Amino acid sequence: MDTTVTAGSEENVWSGGSNNKPLGASYGKMMMWFFIVSDALTFSGFIASYAFSRFKFADSWPIADEVFTHVPLFHGNYPMIYVAFMTFVLIMSSVTMVLAVDAGHKMKKNSVIWYMFFTIIGGAIFVGSQAWEWATFIKGDYGAVETKGGRILQFVKADTGERAALRDFATPLSEERTDHTSNKGIWFLGEKSLPSYSLNEVVNGFKSNSNILVRTENINEEGEKTLLTREESLKRLAGAKYVVEGANLIHNEYGSRLFADFFFFITGFHGFHVLSGVLINIIIFFNVILGTYERRGHYEMVEKVGLYWHFVDLVWVFVFTFFYLV
Amino acid sequence: MAHEHKLEIFRGLWKFKNNIQKIWGVLFFLTVVTAIEVVLGIYKPEVLMSPWINSFESGWFGSTMNVILSPFIYLKPLNLIFIVLTLVKAYYIAWDFMHLRDEKKGLRRAIVWTPVFLIGYLVFILLAEANYIYDIYSDGFVKWNF
Repeated sequence: MDTTVTAGSEENVWSGGSNNKPLGASYGKMMMWFFIVSDALTFSGFIASYAFSRFKFADSWPIADEVFTHVPLFHGNYPMIYVAFMTFVLIMSSVTMVLAVDAGHKMKKNSVIWYMFFTIIGGAIFVGSQAWEWATFIKGDYGAVETKGGRILQFVKADTGERAALRDFATPLSEERTDHTSNKGIWFLGEKSLPSYSLNEVVNGFKSNSNILVRTENINEEGEKTLLTREESLKRLAGAKYVVEGANLIHNEYGSRLFADFFFFITGFHGFHVLSGVLINIIIFFNVILGTYERRGHYEMVEKVGLYWHFVDLVWVFVFTFFYLV
Repeated sequence: MAHEHKLEIFRGLWKFKNNIQKIWGVLFFLTVVTAIEVVLGIYKPEVLMSPWINSFESGWFGSTMNVILSPFIYLKPLNLIFIVLTLVKAYYIAWDFMHLRDEKKGLRRAIVWTPVFLIGYLVFILLAEANYIYDIYSDGFVKWNF
């Protein structure tokens, strides 16, 4: 109740007339904890339902190390490196936030300003990295084929065991595929963007290139995705229905559809928290510069947004484990 | 606003002169833990890739033990390590960054135990159910539906 004292009255509602605050916490801090606990339950609902789907499809779930392998500006296969960097950035910005709170306790306005500034920069780097992760995930890498039953078939080079991208083997055919437009349809709902290769081109390319094998979603005894022989591959490809490149909420080239859905929802929900955290931090940052808390006599506001900011970090630790490590 | 800080972590094994030093100490510890996770995640040592205990025969005793020891029977040790290290990190973020260490015991318990019970319950029922569905898919006649 330190912030909204009724004018001219010594009575303090939250304090019950004395200075004994319930549980030794001010009203605002207590409410921030209420919010954090309830938000933690929301996140755990998300993560637990992710775990549910993953347990359900335990032997066909995509392997994170094969999905998140990119680092900006570098080519090649670097599983986990970039996410580890993001984790470090977020922990680091948590540290500058604690330092800001600590400086606030000592009423050092200039230190608070600088530490808040670094916290905001760290948050911005994190949100930017997450946007990049999303863009890479949506754009996709190798491309795959989806069967009638909703299974994803990926392609592998038989001699090296490396993943084969559709562009490596699909043979361009001179097929006519006209875009569906509104003047040709009675009930026109729109046309999806076409993948770079048609299903025919992929299947033909597969038939003419004996070095390519199909890789199914199923995980074998060694914890790797099962490779099919040429004959089995051709049999499976006969049931193919779509070419899938990248990911959206309906199809994705990585495997189980739920995988992409949970990726978008969980990291998106977390990213939205980081974004709002950055915005709140910016507001507090300007308040500090304007001297609002100097006049108020304490920097508890910084402490409260700090709690929220650390909570965002805390959630990321769990998302990191359950999405990228386990 | 309590200004006094408890300046030791690891139950007093590591003491600090002031709060700022403690913050850097905790950062160091969290960084080390993350680095361990990343290295384990990249190299995936062979010993940690299959569970250490085989599941017990079914029957009252066996089933009970399967539930009690489920983290060691059904989880790869590597994943178990990841989960434990995550909880360790969460502890230090909450205790030192969110300075729960300096709050009253009542507040701390209200904040920690409420989610622990609720999340524990949620995770337990969801995973038990998911495991059942997995069994149906692998042993039953349902092959694939969404």
